[in-house]
Amino acid sequence: MTALLEVRDLQAHYVSFGGERVVKAVEGVSFTLEEGETLGVVGESGCGKTTTCQAIVNLLPPPGRIVGGSIAFAGEELTRKSQREMRHIRGAQIAMILQDPMASLNPLFSIYRQVSEPAYYHRALRGRGLRERVRELLNAVRIPSPAMRMREYPHQMSGGMRQRIVGAIALAGGPRLIIADEPTTNLDVTIQAQYLDLLKELQDKTGVAIIFITHNLGIVARMCDKLAVMYAGKIVEAGTVRELFNAPRHPYTKALLGSMPKLGSKEKLLAIPGHPPDLATLPPGCAFHPRCPEALPTCATAEPPEIQVIGSWSARCWRAEPQEISATDATTDSAKDIHAAAAVGD
Amino acid sequence: MPPPLLEIEGLTKHFPVTVAMFPRRRQGLVKAVDGIDFAVEAGETLGVIGESGCGKTTTSKLILLQERPTGGSIRFDGQDIGELSGPELMRYRREVQVVFQDPYSSLSPRMRVSEIIAEPLQIHTDMTRQQQSERVAEVLELVGLRPEVAPLFPHEFSGGQRQRIAIARALVTNTRLIVLDEPVSALDVSIRAQIMNQLEELQDRLGVSYLFIGHDLATVAHISQRIAVMYLGLIVELADALELCNRPLHPYTQALFTAALPAHPDEKRERQTISGEVPSALSPPSGCRFHPRCPQAMPRCSVEAPLRKDVAPGHSVACHLY
Ligand SMILES: Nc1ncnc2c1ncn2[C@@H]1O[C@H](COP(=O)(O)OP(=O)(O)O)[C@@H](O)[C@H]1O
Ligand SMILES: Nc1ncnc2c1ncn2[C@@H]1O[C@H](COP(=O)(O)OP(=O)(O)O)[C@@H](O)[C@H]1O
Ligand code: SF4
Ligand code: SF4
Ligand SMILES: [Mg+2]
Ligand SMILES: [Mg+2]
Repeated sequence: MTALLEVRDLQAHYVSFGGERVVKAVEGVSFTLEEGETLGVVGESGCGKTTTCQAIVNLLPPPGRIVGGSIAFAGEELTRKSQREMRHIRGAQIAMILQDPMASLNPLFSIYRQVSEPAYYHRALRGRGLRERVRELLNAVRIPSPAMRMREYPHQMSGGMRQRIVGAIALAGGPRLIIADEPTTNLDVTIQAQYLDLLKELQDKTGVAIIFITHNLGIVARMCDKLAVMYAGKIVEAGTVRELFNAPRHPYTKALLGSMPKLGSKEKLLAIPGHPPDLATLPPGCAFHPRCPEALPTCATAEPPEIQVIGSWSARCWRAEPQEISATDATTDSAKDIHAAAAVGD
Repeated sequence: MPPPLLEIEGLTKHFPVTVAMFPRRRQGLVKAVDGIDFAVEAGETLGVIGESGCGKTTTSKLILLQERPTGGSIRFDGQDIGELSGPELMRYRREVQVVFQDPYSSLSPRMRVSEIIAEPLQIHTDMTRQQQSERVAEVLELVGLRPEVAPLFPHEFSGGQRQRIAIARALVTNTRLIVLDEPVSALDVSIRAQIMNQLEELQDRLGVSYLFIGHDLATVAHISQRIAVMYLGLIVELADALELCNRPLHPYTQALFTAALPAHPDEKRERQTISGEVPSALSPPSGCRFHPRCPQAMPRCSVEAPLRKDVAPGHSVACHLY
């Protein structure tokens, strides 16, 4: 069975000043996503989350360019597609939800026009069928009185409502993958909770896979199955959400978890000293070493390889070690998977 | 007993606005802050939480004398600040400072860090240049920046560092109260933790009071001793931070807790209990302002506004259920 999305060794750079400044925004990123799964991508601003997603849908802003790697979506290689083919894929198969709904909405077009467009082009709906589909989509994202609302324009709506319209547009083409880039960052907490509940519900109904980019680990805990932690253009740790929350192996993952305030706890927060590096002038060795509380002498000179902890759980750190699999160990999701696979093998 | 450092009673700010309503324009009143009471003790952090538009920033502007109240009073050290003038007013302006949310727009891009931080000293003190630059170096050190950064410009700093500069500026005049209006909302989580720890450490060392405004429950609860929950211009609940976490009473506070994100994937999650969005402050709902969204609303809730009253020592709620 092929995965829905398989990204291998993806590299995307921004080259400026005639090649003098090369921002290595994505530098060897690999991950897989199955149908219906939700992958969280976390990391501090500037670590390459947005660039990764723009590269997947071939929407890198200049001077950004994919310089290496492959992106297989439903078995097809996306890096070799023409702009025309990609436009079709973006409308019908992969949808985007961005942080600022106004960046996705056209202020001059009615809600009806914007929600109906993907259904018109990619599902060949016309007339009454199209109108019915728009009403259905607006209902699905809980827009009150959709028949009236679809005649309105984006500026007549609140931020939460606009983001739900963007959700309706994303669903309109019947996508298999939604890439949501910090979709709730500008929303109030109760509106954010409503939106997250809505996304989950729509996912349960349609089986769409979601890549959820965020810098908020609380959203990951609430929404995601798998987690990829990015630092300076690389995935430094990846595994199931439970594995990484229960026993993070990479010091950066530990630090991110420790810096989250927990409700009702006055425990001192773990602050990561300093700030993320400039991706055009990365430090040698492990890019995290200037801020790492566990750094070893080698960390400053040699880059750590990716260590497979167990199953699909991996970490890029000199201190990470493979986990022994004992017959009785079923404490982690990956160990459970391995036992299950072995049982089937017998 | 000495009076609280800051004491607010019946504070009100109504903005007159012209609303375009077909067929003619009409005068309306935005009830941004509509009669709130609270106190901040010396050395204490009072948290204020609520969704956008509930009146948090208007409250801070009233305290900072950037807006004039349309009703109620603000007392500092027992004195009504509406009655201050001359040197007393200067002292108030010196001792109460602010840090805003956006570290990118709150610092003047054409001023050097040293000038930004020394500005309040120039306005409020007669320190010599030498004394000023010594004090600047001192506060830079206090907020964890090297004194060598003094000649640099704001664009040379990251968001977290800029917020440290803003805190240094707020501290420079031997400040007694800092109004922190969403000071970490624009920062990454890891940097957020740095700034929160720094604020706590400064309070331990200097005994400064904070009014910490935010919309993230976990963040506000972490730094505050007591928390006031605001909804549409009113305080609907006020309690000790831990008490509020363990026993939120107002249905709106309860909704904020359900909406709060889990700290672990195994944490049980309930579905959001309230629907809809915060109504406009221009025409707030009758009776209890929360009633159109409240899952426990009763007939009297749409007619009678509940008053905030004590239900336990230091824990007050404005809701007909109590
Ligand atoms: N259009 C651009 N031109 C040059 N550099 C860019 C551009 N967009 C992003 N970058 C750089 O690429 C890096 C990764 O950015 P981004 O993918 O937006 O990170 P994130 O989404 O994690 O915040 C950053 O260092 C950023 O400065
Ligand atoms: N100068 C003003 N004129 C008219 N309305 C205002 C003004 N300032 C704030 N408001 C309104 O007052 C209400 C409270 O705003 P604000 O205090 O900024 O809330 P918060 O900081 O909690 O988001 C909002 O409805 C806002 O639109
Ligand atoms: S490789 Fe070294 S510096 Fe990098 S995260 Fe691991 S211990 Fe820290
Ligand atoms: S007074 Fe009534 S409507 Fe208001 S919060 Fe209490 S129960 Fe709900
Ligand atoms: Mg981004
Ligand atoms: Mg505000």
